[in-house]
Amino acid sequence: MAGSEVKVLGTWASPFALRVHIALGIKSVKYEWVEENLEAKSQLLLESNPINKQVPVLIHHHKPICESLAILQYIDEAWPSAPSILPSDPYHRAVARFWAAYIDHKWFTWLKGVASAEGAEAKKAALDRVREGLVVVEEAFGKCSKGKDFFSGDRIGYLDIVLGCFLGWLYVAEKRNDVKLLDEEKMPGLAAWAIKFCLDGAVKDVMPDKDELLDYANMVFQAMAKAKLNAPPNY
Amino acid sequence: MAEKKVKLLGFWVSPFVYRVIWALKLKGIDYEYIEEDIFNKSPLLLQLNPIHKKVPVLIHGDRVISESYVIVQYIDETWPHCPLLPQDPYERAMARFWADFAETKLLHTAWLGLCARGAEREKAAKLAMEAVEKIEEVVKGKKLFGGESIGYLDICLGWISYWLPVWEEVGSMQIIDPIKFPATSSWMNTLLHHQVIGDNLPARDAMIEYFQKRSKDLYESDWFKDIIRLHLHP
Repeated sequence: MAGSEVKVLGTWASPFALRVHIALGIKSVKYEWVEENLEAKSQLLLESNPINKQVPVLIHHHKPICESLAILQYIDEAWPSAPSILPSDPYHRAVARFWAAYIDHKWFTWLKGVASAEGAEAKKAALDRVREGLVVVEEAFGKCSKGKDFFSGDRIGYLDIVLGCFLGWLYVAEKRNDVKLLDEEKMPGLAAWAIKFCLDGAVKDVMPDKDELLDYANMVFQAMAKAKLNAPPNY
Repeated sequence: MAEKKVKLLGFWVSPFVYRVIWALKLKGIDYEYIEEDIFNKSPLLLQLNPIHKKVPVLIHGDRVISESYVIVQYIDETWPHCPLLPQDPYERAMARFWADFAETKLLHTAWLGLCARGAEREKAAKLAMEAVEKIEEVVKGKKLFGGESIGYLDICLGWISYWLPVWEEVGSMQIIDPIKFPATSSWMNTLLHHQVIGDNLPARDAMIEYFQKRSKDLYESDWFKDIIRLHLHP
C-alpha cells in the first residue's frame, strides 16, 4: 500500500513541517522534501492546500494531506508497521490528543503572544503564561512518561513530536527576551526530555540549528517591525 | 473495558456535548447524563477537567476524557462497532482536516457573528459564509459526509444543522443561504431527520432565549473585546 512517491511541502523553520520530517523518519519512509518560499508559494502548494495555502502538506499517492496533526495520524495509519507514533490503547491515545490540542491551541498561542506583546509589562505577562503552560505540561509529562524518557515511553511518539517541534522557537523566545522558559528547576522532567528528544535518531538530523533559527527570527521580526512603522493605520 | 460504567458531564445547550451524545446513541452505549451548570461549576467538573473546566467530560470507569472530538474518537476506538471514522487512512485524514476547518473557520466566526454587532457582525458572518462555500464543495453529491450513514464529520459538523439556524435568527444574520448552498442545506435536512440526531436536540425556544441573553452578555464582556480584536482585526 505505502511505498509510492512521498513528498513533503514545508519550510526549514516551520515547527509544523518539522513534525512531518520526524514522523516519516520514525517510520523510515523515504520522501522528497520541497522547500517552499512562503513569499512566493509554489503552484503545487496552492493546488495541494487551496484552503489554507500553508505548509506542511504531505503528498502520498498524489493525494495531499494537510494540517500537521492530521498528517501525523495519517503517517501512523498509512505505515502501520512498528514503531508506532500514537499509543495503541484508546485511552492513552485520547490523553495524547488532549495534550496535543492544549499545546497547539493554548500553549503555542501564548508563545506566539510573546512576540506580539507590546511593552515590558505585556511581554512579562506573556512570558509568565508560557512558563505556566510548561509547568502544566511538566505534570502531564510525569503522568504520561511514567518515569521513562519520553511522553510515549521508551521511544518518541505523538506528544513528543507535537511539543518537541517547538523547542527551537522556545529557544528563540528565551534568547530574544533574555529569560529562561524551559527551567531545569521548575520543569526538571521536560528539561531532561528536551535534551533526549533533540538527540533522537529521527530528530537530530532534521531539527533546524537553533542559532540559525534565532538569526532567521531576528531578521523576520526586524522586517515586521519596519513594515509596521511604515504601514498606514488599520481603520 | 468497554463494559465499565459510562457517565457524561454536559450542559443542556452545548453543541460540543451533543457531539458526544450522538456518538454514544449511534453506538447504542448506555450512559448516565449529569447536567452541569457552567455558570456555577461543580467541584466534580473542576476536579475532572482542571485544565479547561469545560464540558463535555466523559467518564468511563476510572478514565476521564475531555475535549469533544477527543471523546468522540475515544468512543469510536473503544466501541469499534458502527464505526464513525472511515477505515481508509486518507479518508480519515480528510475527516480530521475538515472537522478542524469547520471548528476554526465556521464555528468560531459564526459565534463571533452572534456576539458582535453592526459592521463586526457583518464581517464575521461574511467569514462564516466563506467557510460554508468550502464545506459545500466537500458535501456536494453526498447524502452525508459519512456516505450512507452518519460518520465522524457529520457528528463534528452536526451543530450546523440546528445551532447555526438559531444563531442566525438571534443574530439576524444569514450564513446558510439554501439557494447558494443547496448541498449543505440538504445535508442539514438529512441529519435533522435522522432518528438519533432528531431525537436528541435541545428545545429550540429555550435555545433562542438562552442565546439571546448569551449574545448580550458576551458583547458587553472584556473577553469579547479581545476576541474581536484577535479575529476580525488581526
